[in-house]
Amino acid sequence: MAKLKTLIVDDEPGIRSGINRILRNFTVGYPFMDEDFEFDLIEAATGEEAIEILDREQIDIVLLDNKLPGIDGMEVLEDINKKQMDVAVMMITSYASLELAIKATKNGAYNFSPKPFTPDELRASMENIAKHLFLKRMTRRMQQEGKSVRFQFLSVLSHELKSPLNAIEGYLKMMQDRQVGNNLEDYDKMVDRSLVRIKGMRNLIMDLLDLTKIESGKKKREIKKIDLNDVAKMAVDTMEPYAIQRNVKVHVDIQHEAYIKADTEEIEIIFNNLISNAIKYNKDNGEVFVSIKSLNGDVIIKVEDTGIGMSEEETASIFQEFVRIKNQKTRTITGSGLGLSIIKKIIDESGGEISVESKPDQGSTFTVKLPKSPVNI
Amino acid sequence: MKTERKKIFLVDDDMDYLFQIKANIEKMDYEVVTAESQKDAEEKLAEFKPDLAIVDLMMENEDSGFIVSYKIKKKYPQVPVIIATAVTAETGYTFDLSSPDERQWIKADLYLDKSIRKDQLHREIRRLLKE
Repeated sequence: MAKLKTLIVDDEPGIRSGINRILRNFTVGYPFMDEDFEFDLIEAATGEEAIEILDREQIDIVLLDNKLPGIDGMEVLEDINKKQMDVAVMMITSYASLELAIKATKNGAYNFSPKPFTPDELRASMENIAKHLFLKRMTRRMQQEGKSVRFQFLSVLSHELKSPLNAIEGYLKMMQDRQVGNNLEDYDKMVDRSLVRIKGMRNLIMDLLDLTKIESGKKKREIKKIDLNDVAKMAVDTMEPYAIQRNVKVHVDIQHEAYIKADTEEIEIIFNNLISNAIKYNKDNGEVFVSIKSLNGDVIIKVEDTGIGMSEEETASIFQEFVRIKNQKTRTITGSGLGLSIIKKIIDESGGEISVESKPDQGSTFTVKLPKSPVNI
Repeated sequence: MKTERKKIFLVDDDMDYLFQIKANIEKMDYEVVTAESQKDAEEKLAEFKPDLAIVDLMMENEDSGFIVSYKIKKKYPQVPVIIATAVTAETGYTFDLSSPDERQWIKADLYLDKSIRKDQLHREIRRLLKE
């Protein structure tokens, strides 16, 4: 049970004890809240006393009478406003006028209630205030969490961008110092590695641009009728040189009805990423099976490899940004760590699903389910 | 007779960086043992005792370096550990080890930026090895 500290400000003791009685055993709960709220009640007889309590304690709600012996409710409200306190104020007054209501609202009062009120009216108001406070605080927390996710992304990104620069700079310095003598061929490995790192960095930047376009929603989606067989074949052709190098055979199981309405570029990104991964993380002389099947309103795309596979723990994190499985088997394989997170974003936005099954040393199977017609358009 | 060279344990998941630093440190006349991951490092630590360790911060996880450092210190409290990282000022990942509190949980003796110059690195190694 969460508590909302509620300050009752009224010079009439009868009103204060009346409110106290109504709210003492009253709780507020909504289905979307983790827990119910109850009200922890504090009383103040004057505006001055109210300000003193507000300065001293973390108050959530103020039930504020306007007509008070010393400074009036309006002045208390102005003080709360000036100090930017995170408080919801409900003005309660018997001399309710439109002018006062407007002034109070302008000064940040959440609600305005005339006196006398029935217990039910008060409870209804308290329900609204509790809901308002809950949502306001939840929103703020989510924004802060969003910021920290962003921050983490940037810190990993800067690490991923700086590492290749450090590596290339290191090799150049070794060459500058002629560290392994004057025989040019002895520097071949350093040149090769520098080129590999530059390529990796370029891929990272390209992936990053894709990701940014998808995330910002700026990427214009052109929905067309696409034959998935064509896209699959094209992706296989693109990856062929790499497959030949590793002697990996890629089989495509073509189906008659494999049309989908989607953005061509996005579908290409999905196929290219999955097939290139299946080759990259395969073993020499391995195989890749690509199949496309139609199931009710969806198409099911499966990309299966006979590669190095992943542990259960590894498959759990594989769709997150910058997650790359690092071990002895993957140390020479380059990748940005963004490919799968990009295709997951595309698939999520199309109302589809992606899943993976994998066994270490046996291989992985990625399964994509996409609706034949886009959902979120 | 020449005394045995001191062993420096290098842990970094970037194979290029590892290759370069290894070459540089070998030139300083130390023996170098390398590991490419937190896991690899833990396995190697079971087999030998380094005289000093230089550990990359971000490997399998963002805090792998801390964990390796912690494990080295637990087993060999006297072995100096340097944590090296490529991310510092840009990301706010800054922590110097000046307060006793920080020294206690970041079990490392020194925290270095990866772009440190060879001669600076050599100086720090010699200082920590009390040479």
